[in-house]
Amino acid sequence: MVELTQEQIQKLKELGRSQKEKLLKMGEDFKEEVKKYKAAIYTCNATSCHSGGAASVIDAFKESLETMGLSQDVRMVCTGCMGLCATGPLARVEIKGREPFLYKEVTPDLARIIVSEHVAPALREGPDQPLRLSNYLKSKELSLQLPFFTKQRKIVLARLGHSDPENLGEYVATGGYQALMKCLEMKPEEVLDIIRKSGLRGRGGAGFPTARKWEMLAQAPLCDGEKFMVCNGDEGDPGAYMDSCILGGGAHAVLEGMMIGAYATGATSGWFYVRAEYPLAIERVELAIKQAKKYGILGKNIFGSDFSFMADLRYGAGAFVCGEETALLESLEGKRGTPHPRPPYPTQKGLFGKPTAINNVETLANVPPIILKGPEWFSEVGTATSKGTKVFALTGKVKHSGLVEVPMGTTVECMVNEIGGGTSSGKPFKAVQTGGPSGGVIPASHLDMPICYEELKKLGSMMGSGGMIVMDQDDSMVEIAKFYLNFTVDESCGKCAPCRIGGYQMLQLVKKIADGEGTQSDLKKIQEIGTAMKQAALCGLGQTAPNPVLSTIRFFYDEYESLIQQAQQKKAEKQKLQAEMSSLENEMKKLDERKPDSTVHSAACSGQCKKV
Amino acid sequence: MAENESQEKIKEDTQKLLTKWKNKRGALIMALHDIQGLFGYVPWEAMEVTAKEMGVPMARIYAVLTFYNYFKLKAPGKVIISVCDGTACHIKGAQGLLDAFYNCLGLKDGQTTEDGLFHLQVVRCLGCCGLAPVIVVNGKTYGKNTPADVQKIIAEWREKMAETQGV
Amino acid sequence: MEEMITLTIDSKEVKVPKGTSVLDAAKMIQVEIPTLCYHPDLHPSAACGICIVKINGKMLRSCCTPAEEGMEVITRDPDIIEARRTVLKLTLSKHPNECLTCQKNEMCELQSLAGKFGIRANAFDNITPTPFEMPKDASTKCIVLDPRKCILCGRCVEVCQHIQNVWALSILDRSVKTHIAPAGDSRLADSPCIKCGQCTAHCPTGALVEYDDSERVWSMLQEKDNYCVVQIAPAVRVSMGEAFGYEPGTVTTGKIYAALRKMGFKAIFDTNFGADVTIMEEGSEFVERFVNGNGVLPMITSCCPAWVDFMEKFYPDMIPHFSTCKSPHAIVGALTKTYYAEKIGVEPSKIKVISIMPCTAKKFEILRSKEMFASGFQDVDVSLTTREICRMIKQAGIDFVNLQEERADSPLGEYTGAATVFGFTGGVMEAALRTVHYLVTGQEMNKEDLEVKPILGVEKGIKEMTLNLAGKEVRICVAHGTGNVETVMKRLQEAKEKGEEPPYHFIEVMACNGGCIGGGGQPLGVTDEIRKARMAGLMSDDEFSEFRCSHQNPSIKKLYEEFLGKPLSEKSHHLLHTSYQPIPLYKR
Ligand SMILES: Cc1cc2nc3c(=O)[nH]c(=O)nc-3n(C[C@H](O)[C@H](O)[C@H](O)COP(=O)(O)O)c2cc1C
Ligand code: SF4
Ligand code: SF4
Ligand code: SF4
Ligand code: SF4
Ligand code: SF4
Ligand code: SF4
Ligand code: SF4
Ligand code: FES
Ligand code: FES
Ligand code: FES
Repeated sequence: MVELTQEQIQKLKELGRSQKEKLLKMGEDFKEEVKKYKAAIYTCNATSCHSGGAASVIDAFKESLETMGLSQDVRMVCTGCMGLCATGPLARVEIKGREPFLYKEVTPDLARIIVSEHVAPALREGPDQPLRLSNYLKSKELSLQLPFFTKQRKIVLARLGHSDPENLGEYVATGGYQALMKCLEMKPEEVLDIIRKSGLRGRGGAGFPTARKWEMLAQAPLCDGEKFMVCNGDEGDPGAYMDSCILGGGAHAVLEGMMIGAYATGATSGWFYVRAEYPLAIERVELAIKQAKKYGILGKNIFGSDFSFMADLRYGAGAFVCGEETALLESLEGKRGTPHPRPPYPTQKGLFGKPTAINNVETLANVPPIILKGPEWFSEVGTATSKGTKVFALTGKVKHSGLVEVPMGTTVECMVNEIGGGTSSGKPFKAVQTGGPSGGVIPASHLDMPICYEELKKLGSMMGSGGMIVMDQDDSMVEIAKFYLNFTVDESCGKCAPCRIGGYQMLQLVKKIADGEGTQSDLKKIQEIGTAMKQAALCGLGQTAPNPVLSTIRFFYDEYESLIQQAQQKKAEKQKLQAEMSSLENEMKKLDERKPDSTVHSAACSGQCKKV
Repeated sequence: MAENESQEKIKEDTQKLLTKWKNKRGALIMALHDIQGLFGYVPWEAMEVTAKEMGVPMARIYAVLTFYNYFKLKAPGKVIISVCDGTACHIKGAQGLLDAFYNCLGLKDGQTTEDGLFHLQVVRCLGCCGLAPVIVVNGKTYGKNTPADVQKIIAEWREKMAETQGV
Repeated sequence: MEEMITLTIDSKEVKVPKGTSVLDAAKMIQVEIPTLCYHPDLHPSAACGICIVKINGKMLRSCCTPAEEGMEVITRDPDIIEARRTVLKLTLSKHPNECLTCQKNEMCELQSLAGKFGIRANAFDNITPTPFEMPKDASTKCIVLDPRKCILCGRCVEVCQHIQNVWALSILDRSVKTHIAPAGDSRLADSPCIKCGQCTAHCPTGALVEYDDSERVWSMLQEKDNYCVVQIAPAVRVSMGEAFGYEPGTVTTGKIYAALRKMGFKAIFDTNFGADVTIMEEGSEFVERFVNGNGVLPMITSCCPAWVDFMEKFYPDMIPHFSTCKSPHAIVGALTKTYYAEKIGVEPSKIKVISIMPCTAKKFEILRSKEMFASGFQDVDVSLTTREICRMIKQAGIDFVNLQEERADSPLGEYTGAATVFGFTGGVMEAALRTVHYLVTGQEMNKEDLEVKPILGVEKGIKEMTLNLAGKEVRICVAHGTGNVETVMKRLQEAKEKGEEPPYHFIEVMACNGGCIGGGGQPLGVTDEIRKARMAGLMSDDEFSEFRCSHQNPSIKKLYEEFLGKPLSEKSHHLLHTSYQPIPLYKR
């Protein structure tokens, strides 16, 4: 590294200070700009809605605004995920002085009608006139009074659906990078203190206190002048897409959180590790880094302080295990993503052998609001040990499926029946699965359980990253257990025997039971393997892989039982048939030979016979 | 002959593409992403060039390629069909879609039709679970599919390929 | 001073140096924890999961967990034992039950663990062969990889990649499909593998073993018309005893000769004779390059075939630096079928030469080029490893321990101390210097200078020194373990690029750590302790030799007088020298 002279540093600091002014001015400019408009149409263009055709909807909006001469009055905003992805593409019309209005399943045709029959008349007639909407338009309304919206509490998702993820000015206008500026005027220990007081815990699954992790990194000395922050955006849990949406909805918040962490810990550069299957998230991270570099947010002597920081991006390549932190580090180094034992912990010896703190996307996104609004504001939300909110991907057989952010401690009941609006099939609710392949099921009988790290653990599940899959009466628990196990068996890195072979063997046993050929002893073997995997697997993947199976056995034993009974019946019938056959044969032979006893085979020849 | 030529071309193109990653730390996987982006898979010749340029043994490159699901060692078909079997899609009937593809094209996960037109792969969560079950064909997303939709999708792409190849 | 740490293991306090693993700490108080993937030579891979213990209540792997102050470790309780048993049962469930016909029978770590754990039934359905399995790979005819028996402990990969720096083997694929193979799932013979056999020396199971040629040797011995000749390598005499209960490093040369004679060999020779010839030729070659300026410097030794293979694959530009001299056993082979055949009047086609080597690569060397047929026949017919010959002696029912010591046959059985030290790292160089000194100065070295201390020893991978030879400085480098070669080669290449004088004049390289005493065909379970013991054995053999310099060997003098003329003569060139070609890393 090149040492800078005192003079050069002074210059950089001055540059930083002027960059700070410029950035704040960008925010102000944006506010001014917005004032000019009378209305705004927010269209979701995040992954789900985009896939559903949001791009052509946006074109249709623009085109009809143009033809109706409204381009100067109505601001078109392409936003991040609005939450109710299943009914997308979504578009929200906000006209000054009127209540916002949300449309679902918007097509280009509907977009044109919205402009001509909703936006144009409303602007013409002014705010006092009541809106007269056609029945067709009314049928496409998605009430913002739905519990789906009202029961949420948005910290991390606050900007999603309300702003343009690509507009840095808008980010700054809504408080962006001001948390970082605030931190730069504090001592690193003070920043750590705020995070500690907030009670923020890692959202990547295990709920490790973020401040504690950062303290460990802060204490680790620089190695060859370096120390790293890593943002874990691997999100391999199938059926969870929170991190994808958070990044897709604008990566500046996460970058800012990372930089605050870096300032607090003395980290010198940061790495985003994003799943390759998330092109939108990748694009937004790239953009955020590019913008941040351009405006002097990343670089040397940031905002005139002594703090310098750089960030870079790497993708995954399709391996769930790379979400595990030690595997992630291997992958970042361009190697196979196989975990290695801890200790040493990444904060001691991480990326390229240097101290590294790994934080989940959502964890980092929580940081700037905590700094801006104070730790108390944050810790008021949630339960005694689980503070703040948690984002869930509510999917499966639920009416309102999508992305939701709720206070910790929200009950399962509220999630499924209020926010989710009950099962989509109308059939009785059976269970939710949380924690994905590492988690377990919460049966209907535990509907009143508040969702937080501890309670979930008690039930043999875990918070995981936030996938929440609702299942109704028709769903087989053995099937769902098999599904997850199949996933972890496929995704096992193959390094350690308990997971590589244990998972595979357990899957064979579960399959056998599911196919109606299992026995009680198979269930016992499953439990034996499960115990060994929990204890002897090297990493979290193998240690938690048995959870979906063990948890369904715990709560839905009868489903396994009945499959086994069926199998026994089948076997008994078969045996009866065979017995009849053989007695026939016997009679024919009239021979009474003693058959040799077929005893068990030795598992492995020990060669003892030769050592006389 | 033709094969040699294409091998030389692969080597040249790979070499060019690697200038971006050569001197970056831990950039092997990124380089391989780019290579696959260019050729649709990672050819052996490209691996050899990468080994040389980036100073990484072949053993590691191959070990990395076979570890990650994303990488292909053989040229896939022209139309790549990804069927999501993430949890949300699984619950909403992804298996039915896979069965339908098997019935229509005889394809299972990772297989390509004999004419090299269709390639089927099972993927895990594309991040649009709201549209479950999801199918993506050459970048185009189809949401809320039923087995009946599968036939339509195949027909659509057959037609499209016939057109573009006819031109 | 080393920082010490106190921890409790099974309620007993232990003090250990900082950085000690829990496994090693337990060993210090005679607490044995079972292991499968751990090997003292290697960085722990943490793969098998057998060595789990409870540390402060958490189950962790003892092999890779460093001991920490105040740790409380429990190494055995019913939970731990049960978990280990299940893990072992799982491992066995993906492993064939083929002990009776397995090359590792009685020497297999998995087998003995299964024996100890008293596993009496297949707890889970056996899942071998899985559909993903690779076929057995015996393509090199030196080592055999049977993926079905592989427990993926990762030792071979660790050795091949990090100790040997060959990167022939790697862990491919993942989940149950994970397997060990060269890139592209190529056959080993088409891969960069240099056949050093270090993987076989470290594999705990029968998944990687030496290619077994013993049956071929038995049938050669059976054939009445054959005149079977055998030779033993320097490093074999200090390791073979281990198979018969001797301490590592015990010199059992006389008993080995006796055993071989009992097996039916007509003449017992010693590769050491060949080593003395090597020194005469290689020493003269060096003098030719160094004093007379004929040929490039530095000169690099070539008696290790794995190293030759390595150079031909990875550093073909170094070919001119290689000594053209063949390795000692190849020399004995060529001389047996010419010089000796003439002497005793036996038709060379009837002579079969069998080499007993510490080495798997020698199996490849005897066929590597047309120069290996210099006598007009294949100079060496079969090369056996130490492990194979030990098994054969046991088959023959020879009571090795109680054998009367015997002598080798003349003339190809006589040797000097210089030849003996060939077996360890630095030895070839030392032996060469003893003769080079004589050739250059015309005077014998002082007795106390015979042992060139700075280049001996197994601890350092690269050893350097400067020697004064008749007023001229000779810069010497000795490297062992091909992983250490890169540094040396880089230095050479750098100097070349800068147009500087090369940093060395003479370089010795041995592919295996410690040299041949740690060879890939040696008795299993080698550690640095054992390497040191074997080396000490050879050094004492040298110390008590009548002649300690190759040029003093009377039989060598006679060989030159009667047959070769002088070193580097045309005849020697034809019989005793070879050539090298670049080899691609992969054949597709
Ligand atoms: C198999 C496995 C997969 C994981 N996947 C993820 C993931 O996709 N995203 C994530 O943030 N953390 C994941 N984790 C947790 C990480 O190892 C790590 O604890 C987390 O990134 C730390 O960040 P946090 O403290 O902010 O939660 C995974 C862990 C395991 C064992
Ligand atoms: S538990 Fe599974 S994923 Fe983790 S290291 Fe072991 S084999 Fe790999
Ligand atoms: S040979 Fe001996 S140890 Fe092996 S299976 Fe037979 S009886 Fe058992
Ligand atoms: S490798 Fe070991 S356990 Fe396996 S068959 Fe051979 S001797 Fe038996
Ligand atoms: S013989 Fe040597 S080079 Fe070949 S695979 Fe084994 S360790 Fe690697
Ligand atoms: S071949 Fe042997 S050393 Fe290599 S991983 Fe398999 S069992 Fe271990
Ligand atoms: S170098 Fe090794 S193999 Fe060669 S002769 Fe010496 S001891 Fe034998
Ligand atoms: S060092 Fe010796 S045993 Fe090892 S490969 Fe070379 S000659 Fe063979
Ligand atoms: S992607 Fe549009 S609402 Fe989620
Ligand atoms: S599970 Fe299919 S898109 Fe998420
Ligand atoms: S010996 Fe420790 S994990 Fe294998």
